[in-house]
Amino acid sequence: MTSPATDADFLLRLDEIIAAHKGREGPLLPILHDLQAEWGYVPEEAQPVLAEALGMTRAEVHGVVSFYHDFRDHPHGRHVLRLCRAEACQSMGAEALADEVRAALGIDWHETTPDGRLTLEPVFCLGLCACAPSAQMGERLIGRASLAKVQKLVAEAGA
Amino acid sequence: MRVWVPLDAAARALGADEVAEALGREFTITRNGTRGMIWLEPLVEVERDGVRYGYGPVAPEDAASVAEAIRSGGEHPLALGPVEELPWMKAQTRLTFARVGVIDPLSVSEYEAHGGLVGLSRAIEIGPERIVEEVTESGLRGRGGAGFPTGIKWKTVAGAKAARKYIVCNADEGDSGSFADRMLMEGDPLVLIEGMAIAGIATGAVQGYVYIRSEYPDAIRLMEAAIGKARQAGILGQSVLGSAHAYDMEVRVGAGAYVCGEETSLLNSLEGKRGVVRAKPPIPALEGFLGRPTVVNNVISLASVPWILSHGGAEYAKLGIGRSKGTIPIQIAGNVKYGGLFEAAFGMSLGQIINEVGGGTASGRPVKAAQVGGPLGSYIPHWNFDVPFGYEELAGKEGLLGHAGITVFDDTADMLKLARFAMEFCAVESCGKCTPCRIGSIRGVETIDRIAQGDETGIAILTDLCNTMKWGSLCALGGFAPFPVMSALTHFPDDFSGRREPRAIIRSREAAE
Repeated sequence: MTSPATDADFLLRLDEIIAAHKGREGPLLPILHDLQAEWGYVPEEAQPVLAEALGMTRAEVHGVVSFYHDFRDHPHGRHVLRLCRAEACQSMGAEALADEVRAALGIDWHETTPDGRLTLEPVFCLGLCACAPSAQMGERLIGRASLAKVQKLVAEAGA
Repeated sequence: MRVWVPLDAAARALGADEVAEALGREFTITRNGTRGMIWLEPLVEVERDGVRYGYGPVAPEDAASVAEAIRSGGEHPLALGPVEELPWMKAQTRLTFARVGVIDPLSVSEYEAHGGLVGLSRAIEIGPERIVEEVTESGLRGRGGAGFPTGIKWKTVAGAKAARKYIVCNADEGDSGSFADRMLMEGDPLVLIEGMAIAGIATGAVQGYVYIRSEYPDAIRLMEAAIGKARQAGILGQSVLGSAHAYDMEVRVGAGAYVCGEETSLLNSLEGKRGVVRAKPPIPALEGFLGRPTVVNNVISLASVPWILSHGGAEYAKLGIGRSKGTIPIQIAGNVKYGGLFEAAFGMSLGQIINEVGGGTASGRPVKAAQVGGPLGSYIPHWNFDVPFGYEELAGKEGLLGHAGITVFDDTADMLKLARFAMEFCAVESCGKCTPCRIGSIRGVETIDRIAQGDETGIAILTDLCNTMKWGSLCALGGFAPFPVMSALTHFPDDFSGRREPRAIIRSREAAE
């Protein structure tokens, strides 16, 4: 992940992403998803460019970016571990599991380990409610999650 | 020899990818959807003489011995016999989910061989008016929770005059305890495409969008792949199945806002705006996406339409009870022994579903309550489990059918904590437009914390607050959050009285918000 500056490469890539979606009906969310996929977060520097390109005000763009839980204004760790906190997972001990995982990792919700490797995020339902509690990290999913399973997943994720 | 290993996210969460990789060294593997028996996942199937035999649950470490049993035809402790003969399968009426778990989700030819495209072909033959008649006659109502008659919605859009109309599929399945949309999109995405194409022909809409929540990456990938296959096969495009009707569609991805499951908020999100709820009227059927007439239907509503068109609305309406016609994919989740998706005609009692089909709790302890219909649904106490599963029947018990998800809790559940969570969730997810929801939910959390500390004067305040939220909120988020809170309070008053929870414990929970 590179930290974008308002340099030529950044603006070039931004223009490419905007151009790829501009003709669509309601292009902003697809653009924001692509920006986040590219840089790991939605760089603030992109907002005025988006506003200009889409005929919106900067306030409107900022309003959209800040509304959605998915869009971040700063980079996360190299891996993101998401633990489900919703009711079906609670019925199977998700709260206790979250306490164990937070203690084991030494971080709280929304925090990143000091080495920048892992960010812990809550999620409200992964649709794995019949094999609760559940967790997700990248492409990997865990059903009937336990501390041991989560630790194994974290260990296998590499640096 | 053909071997199936599900690709469904729940099966993957239980090790299906590892199992598929191990078995793939020896056999040709087809990745199918899940049959819905999540307690048996990963469920490996092998076809012998046209019958599919199951093994499950196959953990990655069992893969080698299962491979040996498949090769030799010998016995294995995980052998289940013919999958279709399992009691869970035989007891169902699988109409909407008929192909889920059976076919390769991305094979148009398998889709057709199992009855796919018959409904769309008939729709083209009979034309818009009669399609709407069939759907109306079927009695199909919105499966996303609102229960609005689908036929009436379609008729409104069909009658609206506009240069461009839309079909929007609400696949923002955010309710905990619900996974029918995900399971269908992963297991039989073509049936949703077919249903949306039929809706397009019925209403004169030529463009559709499936708004899928970002928490469902597998469903997004499979829907996108299926749309590509459907275009190649001429199901989508300028001439749907060679007819004069044009219809195409694409996937749009949500961004983690629960409130976008509310239809007007979804439309704003689709337009690239904040997912804030719109006041109604105007209704989306007349002024929806980009201000144009729009059908907004849930995944299951749309996916039920091909069956209705191929078998007739009257056949569908023969099933069910009262004003709840047809079948409903019941999702049995949480602390339950046999969790999964069970499609049946409306009318089973909640007790039958939880205790007989679901086998009671996973923990082996007595069931205390079940939350029906997601985070905004009531907690139904075990002594009310005789309620039949239907829209009006559940409403009669101050309950909500919602998306037909049932989350089971055993007797260790703390109803005050669950009530607090409902308010906390509403506070986190509120779009902020209306005050009862935005502020009321925060006051709700605070008031429940007071009750937890032993201040029982908070109970009357909480009751009053819930009443304000219920009647004063703009949409179902603030309007229904009182259901789980009040049902917990009404049925389990002991969980709210005589508590002396120290403030510190409450603080540690707040850190999670």
